[in-house]
Amino acid sequence: MSNLYKYLKKYKKHLILGPIFKLLEAIFELIVPIVMAKIIDVGIANEDINYILKMGGVLVLLSVVGLGAALFCQYVASRCSQGFGTELRNVLFHHINSLSMSEIDKFGTSSMITRFNSDINQVQLGVAMLIRLAIRAPFLVIGATVSAIILKPSMCWIFLITAPLVALVLYLIMSKTMPVYTKNQRKLDKITAIAREDLNGVRVVRAFTEQEREQNRFEQATDDHAKSVIAIGRISALLNPLTFLIIDLAIVALLYFGAHKINTGLLTQGELIAFINYMTQISLALVVLANVMVLLSKSYASAKRVSGLLATQSSISDEGNADVQEVENSPAISFKNVSFGYSGGGMAIKDLNVDIYKGETVGIIGGTGSGKSTIINLIPRFYDVSQGELLIDGVNIKEYPLKQLRSKIGLVPQQSMLFRGTIKSNMLWRKEDASDEEIYRALKIAQAYDFVMQKKDKIDEPVQQKGKNFSGGQRQRLSIARALVGDPQIVILDDSMSALDFATDLALRKALNSDLPKDTTKIIISQRATSLKNADKIIVLDKGEVAGIGKHDELLQTCEVYKEIYDSQQKTPQENASEKEVNNEEK
Amino acid sequence: MKKNRSTLFRLVSYTKPYAPLLIISLISAMVSVAVSILVPLMTGHAINYMLEGNVDFKKVFEYIYILIAMIVVGSISQWTLTASTNSLTFKTVRNIRNQLFEHINKLPLKFIDNQQQGDIIARISSDIDQVSEGLLQGFTQLFSGVMTIIATIAMLFYINWIVALVVLLLTPLSLFVASFITKRSHSTFAEQASQRGEISGYVEEIFTGHNLIQAFCREENCAEDFAQMNDELYKCGFKSQFYGALINPCTRFVNNLVYASVGVIGALISLWANSPKSLDVGNLSTCLMYANQYTKPFNEITGVITEIQSAVAASRRIFALLDEKQEESDEDSDTLKECDGTLDLDKVGFRYVADRPLIENLNLNVKKGQKIAIVGPTGCGKTTLINLLMRFYDVTDGSISVSGKDVRSVTRASLRDSFGMVLQESWLFEGTIRDNIAYGKADASLEEIIEAAKLANAHDFIDKFPDKYDTMLTENGDNLSQGQKQLLCIARIMLTHPPMLILDEATSSIDTRTEMKIQQAFYTIMQGRTSFVVAHRLSTIRECDVILVMKDGNIIEQGNHEQLLASRGFYYQLYNSQFQNS
Repeated sequence: MSNLYKYLKKYKKHLILGPIFKLLEAIFELIVPIVMAKIIDVGIANEDINYILKMGGVLVLLSVVGLGAALFCQYVASRCSQGFGTELRNVLFHHINSLSMSEIDKFGTSSMITRFNSDINQVQLGVAMLIRLAIRAPFLVIGATVSAIILKPSMCWIFLITAPLVALVLYLIMSKTMPVYTKNQRKLDKITAIAREDLNGVRVVRAFTEQEREQNRFEQATDDHAKSVIAIGRISALLNPLTFLIIDLAIVALLYFGAHKINTGLLTQGELIAFINYMTQISLALVVLANVMVLLSKSYASAKRVSGLLATQSSISDEGNADVQEVENSPAISFKNVSFGYSGGGMAIKDLNVDIYKGETVGIIGGTGSGKSTIINLIPRFYDVSQGELLIDGVNIKEYPLKQLRSKIGLVPQQSMLFRGTIKSNMLWRKEDASDEEIYRALKIAQAYDFVMQKKDKIDEPVQQKGKNFSGGQRQRLSIARALVGDPQIVILDDSMSALDFATDLALRKALNSDLPKDTTKIIISQRATSLKNADKIIVLDKGEVAGIGKHDELLQTCEVYKEIYDSQQKTPQENASEKEVNNEEK
Repeated sequence: MKKNRSTLFRLVSYTKPYAPLLIISLISAMVSVAVSILVPLMTGHAINYMLEGNVDFKKVFEYIYILIAMIVVGSISQWTLTASTNSLTFKTVRNIRNQLFEHINKLPLKFIDNQQQGDIIARISSDIDQVSEGLLQGFTQLFSGVMTIIATIAMLFYINWIVALVVLLLTPLSLFVASFITKRSHSTFAEQASQRGEISGYVEEIFTGHNLIQAFCREENCAEDFAQMNDELYKCGFKSQFYGALINPCTRFVNNLVYASVGVIGALISLWANSPKSLDVGNLSTCLMYANQYTKPFNEITGVITEIQSAVAASRRIFALLDEKQEESDEDSDTLKECDGTLDLDKVGFRYVADRPLIENLNLNVKKGQKIAIVGPTGCGKTTLINLLMRFYDVTDGSISVSGKDVRSVTRASLRDSFGMVLQESWLFEGTIRDNIAYGKADASLEEIIEAAKLANAHDFIDKFPDKYDTMLTENGDNLSQGQKQLLCIARIMLTHPPMLILDEATSSIDTRTEMKIQQAFYTIMQGRTSFVVAHRLSTIRECDVILVMKDGNIIEQGNHEQLLASRGFYYQLYNSQFQNS
């Protein structure tokens, strides 16, 4: 948690001044009943109109000053909590972007987004409440009790019993109901989940005419939710009646014992009224306190989550790396005995040895989980190899500054994604000062030029979040173009042509071959053997191991896995089946 | 206003089955308001009999007993108020939810397809929550709040009209202050909410594209953009927090003024000891207690009113969805019995949008057991054809008949039962594998299910799970691979033995071995059944009797593989680019 205090320290002044002013307001509030008692006991008893008016003036003055103090405190609290939250967001945003993929995998993107949004908001709210209420409410409880003691010590035992009793009731009910709330929230989430599931599968549900079954499932969930909410509602409904029962009975006790004291002249009527007033103040403050406690415990949990994220260090660092000089005539990429395993799993890549030369086109093929994407994630150093070495232009990639390393690469990931802005702003990602001509060229190679030119604003066409105003195929082509601007030395395409129709796919592969600078190294992952047929080298992966490296024709002869993949895509099931039989017989 | 009222009435009509609860909560509200008004009065009376050195104990105790009785009754009624309102609320909410869900499942797909999914879900979840919080609970709060105010003023007038008048005159001040601040803070709240939405959208985008940010070294640029948005959020966040935080101190201030005025004016009045409207100390204390609890309902009511407003808006959205027209009832239609697997499309025309024809004059005669491949680039309208066959949409012109019967003349259920459909996007629900396979036949025995899974090539991988067929699938089956999901969907069909099939081959990345299994399963299931396949694999396409080549929503070529190749048209082009060397 200490990593969060750092950012609070800046607001030391706010954190001290805010509560002090809040205390001032509370003190004024506590004086009010005393003044009122004076009006009754002195003013009315002595029939002193001037005194009454004077005390009335004091009351107004107290509320004006109290208002001023409260406003100042609210101002300070808002400045401090918002400022703190804003800085925390900036720091965390920067921090998350610096984390390597291993850490991102560990937390999960959606969990990071929640931490970022709701947790920071919760912490921010906690800070504000800390200033505004956390000190005021207990102070009012204690202050009211103390004032009562000062006023007439003999009656204070009623206060000393009442306040803890109310606190106990609050504690008991809240500790019973709080855990159930999270459970109920989950039940509510379940309702939403079923609704979403039903809408996602609306065609299947109707195809099987299973509306009734869905309805039953849904009604079970809503019923479950309603029952448990109603059950817990019965308990939490006790909160107000019980606290007020205790407070009201305490007032009755004040009347009862007060009556005796007044009879013997130990207490005045005005003082009794003041007691009653204090009692009401205590009850209100306790209710506020209970709510603040709930809020603060939530904020504390959020703060711990944010702090945990902030404390996570990136496992990949380029600190102290100066720009490196490439070794001449060395392979563009060279894997030497490379093994890699994701944290908590077995080896995803085992003992990979391959040299890829400048200008080569290399295909990678294999089933899901065979390690294709893993290889690609190692090249920009998203992950560090577990064993062996990965060299680019003859230099171990751990010696590169990340910026120098990554600027050599044009990456097109499997999930094509654009970012909000314009087509042009997306195209400038690799090279900020690229000219329009360079962009057009990249768009043409990526087969995106025509549809971009048909847009109203051409390359200035707005792009919405994640590029959702473009179709899947358009997004893929634009994300390919983005990676090509500024002629990267290495182009990596991770199965990124799946949404393209056949003709476009073909044209794109042709353009990649002919229109990029001759020494551009291209690495292409694909599921389709036909797409890789013309590659200089095809790496066939099977469960993390290299099953074969070579050209298409060689592999067909030598590599069983490759042949199987190729055949499955070319022939009908019977042909495959009968061939298998033949093979089996031969064996 | 009229609209608001009818929405309210409609909403209240949902509470009808729970009228007893409603009555209990209204009575409880009245009792607890009465008690909260009478307690200060009784306390005041008790104090009145406590003159210094001369306390009338008999009278004081009398009032104390009355007070205790009242407090107990008041506490109980407060509990029944909250508990019964709660019960009423959530039972009503459950019923609205159930009705809404049932309604959604009867809406035409045309509506659902055109609606944002998130929007429909919001109505079924957060909008209904809004209604439960705002309208139903707010209603009783509003009721008891108004009651308290009226009763307090009445009591004040009963005790002393001058003090009452003072309170009545100062009331508008409190209302004015509260509404002034609420109005101000409302716009800043909205501003903050939209800025927050902006930021969370941006953050989601950036975090999702984390690998791209790093690959393109965009960390600094993003941080700059973010800092700018964050700064905006700081500005409006500060404003809205500060304005929001003004309400409490300000109303407290007004409250204090009322309190002071009542105290001073009450004291002055009590000095006119001889006047008939005189005020004794006990009554003054009662007035002070009233003054203290009087402003509370005002604060609550201002809060409740905004809640109610947004609840009315939410319920209007819910009712709008409920008022959408359902699919035409087909209760009186025939059921399609013993479907023979023949299918005719006669001059079929279809358009999603009135002025943009998509399919025109499509004729197709499918014999029993024929296999039809549908080929074409993405977005060419393949799914439209599925929509028409399954009668998810109705044709605009011409007709489709199955077994010689127009599909519009039979029930949707019986028509759809005669089709087995496997979509590219495999749909699984949260439940066991067994339940998922038995989706179309809930009473299937485990043996039948295993048999179906075996036919679909799914048994092997299911058998490897520790819980086998009882393995729980997470939402949308995320713990299975794409291919495994599709195998389960095929197993589903194997269980129901439909005479006709609609298969949608996956384009997405499925590893080759699973893909082979899927192809084999497809092959097995197609035996003897009339089948429509949206195909991407040459192997599948070559298997089919008729190939429909679609482009831009039209069927531009039709024939078998050899015929189409010979005609050297669009299919020929497709074939060459996809399956031959580049």
